Amino acid sequence: MDSLYFEPCELPQEAEVLRGEIRDFLADNLDPYSPEVRSRSWAGGDPEFSQKLGEAGFIGMRFPKKYGGHERNAMERYVVIEELLAAGAPVALHWIADRQSGPLLLNYGTEKQREMCLPGVAKGETYFCIGMSEPDSGSDLASIRTKAVKVDGGYVVNGTKIWTSEAHRCHYMIALFRTDSEVEEKHKGMSQFLVDMNTPGVTARPIRNMAGEEMFNEVSFVDAFIPEDMLVGEEGKGWQQVLSELAFERSGPERYMSSHILLHALIREVSQNPTERSAVAIGRLIAHLATLRQMSLSVAGMQDAGQDPSLAGSVVKDLGAVYEQDMPKIAHELVGADPQLMGGSDFEKVLAYVTQATISFSLRGGTREILRGIIARGLGLR
Amino acid sequence: MSEMRDILKDTVTRLFTDLVTRETLGDAETGTWPDALWNACAENGLTLALVPEEMGGAGLGWADSFVIARAAGHHGPPVPLVETMLGSWLLSEAGLEIPEGPLTVAPVRTDDNLQVGGNAVSGTAKAVPWGRQAGHAVVLSNGQIALVALNSSMVTENCNIAREPRDTVNFDNAPLIASAPTSLPKDGLQVYGAMFRAAQLAGGVARCLDETVQYAGDRIQFSRPIAKYQVIQQYLAAMAGHMASAGAAAEMAFRAADRGDPRFEAASAKVVTGDAAGNATSTAHQVHGAIGFTYEHILQFTTRRLWSWRAEFGAESRWAEEIGRQVAGRGADAFWPDLTARQSGMVA
Repeated sequence: MDSLYFEPCELPQEAEVLRGEIRDFLADNLDPYSPEVRSRSWAGGDPEFSQKLGEAGFIGMRFPKKYGGHERNAMERYVVIEELLAAGAPVALHWIADRQSGPLLLNYGTEKQREMCLPGVAKGETYFCIGMSEPDSGSDLASIRTKAVKVDGGYVVNGTKIWTSEAHRCHYMIALFRTDSEVEEKHKGMSQFLVDMNTPGVTARPIRNMAGEEMFNEVSFVDAFIPEDMLVGEEGKGWQQVLSELAFERSGPERYMSSHILLHALIREVSQNPTERSAVAIGRLIAHLATLRQMSLSVAGMQDAGQDPSLAGSVVKDLGAVYEQDMPKIAHELVGADPQLMGGSDFEKVLAYVTQATISFSLRGGTREILRGIIARGLGLR
Repeated sequence: MSEMRDILKDTVTRLFTDLVTRETLGDAETGTWPDALWNACAENGLTLALVPEEMGGAGLGWADSFVIARAAGHHGPPVPLVETMLGSWLLSEAGLEIPEGPLTVAPVRTDDNLQVGGNAVSGTAKAVPWGRQAGHAVVLSNGQIALVALNSSMVTENCNIAREPRDTVNFDNAPLIASAPTSLPKDGLQVYGAMFRAAQLAGGVARCLDETVQYAGDRIQFSRPIAKYQVIQQYLAAMAGHMASAGAAAEMAFRAADRGDPRFEAASAKVVTGDAAGNATSTAHQVHGAIGFTYEHILQFTTRRLWSWRAEFGAESRWAEEIGRQVAGRGADAFWPDLTARQSGMVA
């Protein structure tokens, strides 16, 4: 299966120089955040941190300089984001803008859209959310029903988006709407829009998750007017554009590093007096971590070379989610801690949070079943 | 993949496809030595792949040799190809002359106690690959690489689950043909042996996937190929993930060997490929149904090898424990910087 070969990719020297810089930055700026806060990984956000990170030049790293970017290569950006994840930095607010919305606007957006959004993104001040899922359309994304109807000078939108991470704190949404309800083929007739979250008729309502956080939202559109120059790319080409956006969304190291702070806490917990059982369990995790990192680097290398990383990225996301999700179970088995939400050691608090959060790791950004469907297609089975 | 490796891959794939047939595999289990296959491996330079050209070898590096070892796992040639690759590399590293014919290595197990001293090797080594057919054994013990001729009086036959010879060799003061000091650690053979087995496991897992995808496409039930059912597609996709991670882990180890000491990567690779083998063999047999449980079907030649290889030169738990103790000893703040430094090739 040559299509599933992961060409080894080593980081260039300039990327390793950057690693030293981002580590210094993190050493200076992460003190205020407890292990429990850090264990939220890229689901935890702090505006002040995003701003400092932007100021230091670590956001929008691949954007052109004229939009406030830094014209770095994919491998340099890779080093920075994996160090942010390894440290548990609170990156949630700018993460999506930096990872996929910015690159999407660079691929398909107009000059006006880029100038309007990208400098703020690179400063760590402008946040984006993803308007894909709807109440009746999750894995079957092409069945979305939220409609954008053409009127004079723009579109009027009615419908609902859901599970929209941080929508209540974001400035913009890249939304997928149906612009043509007449077409037979459901993958056609969809378009992407740049939506200002302050638009009258657009309302984000946080949905409390099982861990007690207000992170994802329901976003309703009631006769919301979207100016025509906020169409992203071509009308009717939304599906193809979304697929290339998903390639950015699914292929990064956050798809295997979301439990990294628990791994750190677990090693701290057992390293004083490792038993044979705990040494075997930790060693197995590290062996798989080393391999996933190698595969993830390979995907970054493919992206850098302009190849389509969708299939390889799906493999890493699928394997990565299994690895991340095993972590709380292994920690529970090895330590037998009794996590209590109102107190306890750092380890217990981290375990309590990650135990709940891991549920979402094989759901968000494409379920395990959808990813395996993509892999099965890569095997020629469908 | 480099052009060199592409050519090498084509060559070994063609050679094994022609010469490692179902018949060859079956006959080897009843004691037939596949002469044509062995000669083809030797004539094409595979057996001495890692030996420098000036010593009569092919002069390949580890990253290139990975292609051969992985293909050996995919096709399962019933000859000590990777053992000869390893043994001849050890001899060449020690500056010793390499004898003609198949080689094996000893000790394979850490609890075997072989002593090299006074121009002889003493002690008993278990599970020595192809002991009865290898003309010579390369022994690593007491900081020495030693070459010993084997004869039938020293060998008690045994085999692994795949019925590959894994013999007990009683050295009993066997005279050394040659020896030289080595800087490899006491269990250096386990490290490199684990690395070769990891590459074979990666190849074998890929073979399992190929066979299973093929079978699922051919087998009709309820009027459709079973590959059209989502549950089968989900199984095969998960298996493809294991195939990909096994390949990446094993290749990572071979590349590390080109840079210096591959101990950590070899350990990781043995853990990951062993885990992949466990998963892939279960899925492959579940999808194949009863036919895969027959001796007649080709699949079992691969799955029985996978179950054997994952245990040889240290099982997953042995290597995972070593990594775990190392990580614990370095402390929680060190494992990530250590890993990134190693994978960047900045630390040999």
